[in-house]
Amino acid sequence: MNKEIALELKNICKYFPGGVIANKNANLTLYKGEILSLLGENGSGKTTLMNMISGIYFPDEGQIFVGGKEVSIRGPKDAFDLKIGMVHQHFKLIDVFTAADNIILGEEMPKYSLKEAFKQIKDDCASAENKAKGVLLAALKTAALPFIKIGKFIAFNHLARQRAKKLQEIVGKYGFNIDLSKYIYEMSVSEKQTVEIIKVLYRGADILILDEPTAVLTPQEIKKLFAVLREMKKDGKSIVIITHKLNEVMEISDRVAVLRKGEHVGTVNTTETSEKALAEMMVGKKLDLNIERKDPADPKPRLILKDITVLNKEGGRAIDGVSFSVNGGEILGIAGISGNGQKELLEGIAGLQKVESGEIIFHNPKENKPVTFFHKDLKQIKKMAAEGFFHYPDGNKVDLTGKSNKEITRLVNEEQILFYEDEIIDLRHRTPREIQELGIKLSFVPEDRLNMGLVGNMSIIDNMALRSYRKGRSIFVNKKKPKALADTIIRDLEVVTPSDMTPVRRLSGGNVQKVLVGREISSSPKVLMAAYPVRGLDINSSYLIYDLLNKQKEKNVAVVFVGEDLDVMMALCDRILVLCHGRVMGIVPGRTVTKEDLGLMMTGSLDLSKKAAEDAVPSAEETAEATVKEAENDQE
Amino acid sequence: MISFIAQSIRMSAAFLFGSTGEIITEKAGHLNLGIPGVMCMGAIGGAIGARLYVSSLADISQISAFPAFVIPLLFCLVLASLMGVLYSFLTVSLRANQNITGLAISTFGAGFATFVNNIIPKEGFKEIGYIYFKLFPSTEKLGAFGELFFSYGAMVYLAIIIAIGASLILKKTRVGLHLRAVGESPATADATGINITEYRYTATIVGSAIAGMGGLFYFFDMNGGSWPYSDAISALGWLSIAIVIFSIWKPDLSIFSSIIFGLLYRLQYFMASATLSQKTLIGMLPYVITILVLIVTSIVGSKKAQPPASLGLNYFREER
Repeated sequence: MNKEIALELKNICKYFPGGVIANKNANLTLYKGEILSLLGENGSGKTTLMNMISGIYFPDEGQIFVGGKEVSIRGPKDAFDLKIGMVHQHFKLIDVFTAADNIILGEEMPKYSLKEAFKQIKDDCASAENKAKGVLLAALKTAALPFIKIGKFIAFNHLARQRAKKLQEIVGKYGFNIDLSKYIYEMSVSEKQTVEIIKVLYRGADILILDEPTAVLTPQEIKKLFAVLREMKKDGKSIVIITHKLNEVMEISDRVAVLRKGEHVGTVNTTETSEKALAEMMVGKKLDLNIERKDPADPKPRLILKDITVLNKEGGRAIDGVSFSVNGGEILGIAGISGNGQKELLEGIAGLQKVESGEIIFHNPKENKPVTFFHKDLKQIKKMAAEGFFHYPDGNKVDLTGKSNKEITRLVNEEQILFYEDEIIDLRHRTPREIQELGIKLSFVPEDRLNMGLVGNMSIIDNMALRSYRKGRSIFVNKKKPKALADTIIRDLEVVTPSDMTPVRRLSGGNVQKVLVGREISSSPKVLMAAYPVRGLDINSSYLIYDLLNKQKEKNVAVVFVGEDLDVMMALCDRILVLCHGRVMGIVPGRTVTKEDLGLMMTGSLDLSKKAAEDAVPSAEETAEATVKEAENDQE
Repeated sequence: MISFIAQSIRMSAAFLFGSTGEIITEKAGHLNLGIPGVMCMGAIGGAIGARLYVSSLADISQISAFPAFVIPLLFCLVLASLMGVLYSFLTVSLRANQNITGLAISTFGAGFATFVNNIIPKEGFKEIGYIYFKLFPSTEKLGAFGELFFSYGAMVYLAIIIAIGASLILKKTRVGLHLRAVGESPATADATGINITEYRYTATIVGSAIAGMGGLFYFFDMNGGSWPYSDAISALGWLSIAIVIFSIWKPDLSIFSSIIFGLLYRLQYFMASATLSQKTLIGMLPYVITILVLIVTSIVGSKKAQPPASLGLNYFREER
């Protein structure tokens, strides 16, 4: 094949502050008239690489060639000029404008030079037959020039004319089905995406980059999109499509480029590869990370989810009928491509998002522990005692009838009233505060590290006090305990900070994370949910966090760990639950599962959920067998 | 009755200048609460211009219409624009908080105007005021029609022309489209290659210049060249900001809402028999109506009746 090269990247490197390597020596070749898939896990640097082509970032090292010429792309405008257009995952559209207005936004007017126009008039005047008439005409025309200039600048009616011609041409050419006079806020996600694509085409792009275009579409809409893409390919456009879905890669692309941890692993022709081979390329070989992992001691269900459904902002099902249980004393990993429902799941449990249906049952480990006034008032204790929930230390049943309130208070304060068994609580209709006080802690969601848990302008000490401010009785805040806690965290977690009075905003991302996770763990939780706790941290800090999680596990805490690095998850977690499109693809043991299986499950190519439905974890052999079988089925 | 309506329409020009200027500024995403101060500066700029013109003449009787109209207007535009430059330098370039900057400019403008007013001789201002007061010489023959449509000074017609022009530019032109894009989502506009800083500076300065004319109009036309106190002009500025909300950020609607506010504003002077407390109650009406409009537009939730999405937010390119 002797094809013309449209775009070539050579040894592109991009580093982010804090020593994060987004891309390292990435090489990529894009031919004219082909569809290239860019495949890779989260954080493998796909979007960063494409952003460097579309002018959002500038590469630290390496060269970009467009049409054989080396170029420097300093901003979105440079990319437009090179006929490169990118459709971002988050649409850049203005809600209160019509589709047409959005499409023509920012387009430059053809230059109108007064000098040239004047020269034209002069020439006309010189060549005119009747001298007097020519001069008069020239004078009139010259007088009109400033007005023409202003008119051109403001460009009355220019919009309408453009709309009619060029836009309809594009819409007709590629078979888009859209009403351009519609307002964006009235549009569906798929229509918005269409507008974005037309916008890029209108600007004359020959190289189109689509960042996860299918993530938000229904299967029918994906079909339509692919038809349009094929039409563009016929027209000689080069298309890069970033995606996680292997079946789509196989369907649409001519070639597949795979990135892993910022590096280009290889490019293969789609016809010469298989989903399994691609998954292997994507996740790579298993690494040994040397994280100490003890077997869970006496795992008992702590949190049981039954058929949970949570809606996302658009009203779609972010979490769709998910059931599983988390045991005390183990780490349950949740793996999945980001945006497949992890955030909604955790927030649903923590009470921050409405759970549409299902049950979340919490087993509060209270057996033989004294009842306190912390969660319960006198009335509740009396009622529960009447129902036979409590016993005395000597084993006799508690009977509070006839006892005065004062006496009961004394008994409770002296820890004389003990629970018979664990408390069973349905969390679904509890407020986030109640859920927190029961000891279920959501550690953090990384996109909003500062917003979700810490106040940036307040010092570390004050941030510690945020968790406990309700406990005090005085109107003044007691800063002794928060200070002690802050100092412990700074010492134990090696937080780099000038002092414990430094505003959290001024710390680096990793140190903010340490403060946050330290505070959550210090509150002795019963369930600890940590989402991406090591994102952006260096190796040493990451290991500190893993140690912390392991320590919690030894304290019989049920730990839920949402992660992105599969090697870490396989080394740290006792069981790994894989989410794809809000559904559980399976729960597999972390010690024996293979990386390829996880990769296939994350991309929706392997579904073990039927086996895991009863929450009975299949043994290692069974899993392996099932994997092979499923994989074979997929091949067919 | 006719004269009451005519008076109100005359009055509405002050609101119209202020609100048109503020709408242009707000469409670019800047909530310029300094409009009261800008209007004071416009008025005092006019006074400075008038004083310089009068002092250049040998005698007050030499005052001729054209320079007497244009020179104060130019000074008014320059001073008001300077406030716009100051505001946009603080908020666009230095990224200061918009509300605080606006309030600072409000107080500064009012104070500066009072100060200059105290040191400036007002010789000949009455004559200049008369030039501002009337554009068409004899309208008595036309009766009520003439009084309603042709009895005003040039500034009133100018206000309406500017409002219609602003409306056309915002709605129909590329410049207007870009300006609205900057106010709705600067990040999107930036990504398409629109120069945010340029648009925000220009909109704020042009908006301030227009608003400043409101102060000039009130000083020379409504008050006939005698200083009306900074407070009175500031009050017009605050009402203009209310009118922006009332006319849901549309300059063409703002013509009608300015007239409504003009009617309500003049009502207390028209009702001679009313007691003081009744007059004060009537004086409250414009503000009550503004609150009602806010409630209605918020409940209806129509996307088109909302303020520009990034109103009051400064734009940083580094923040993704």
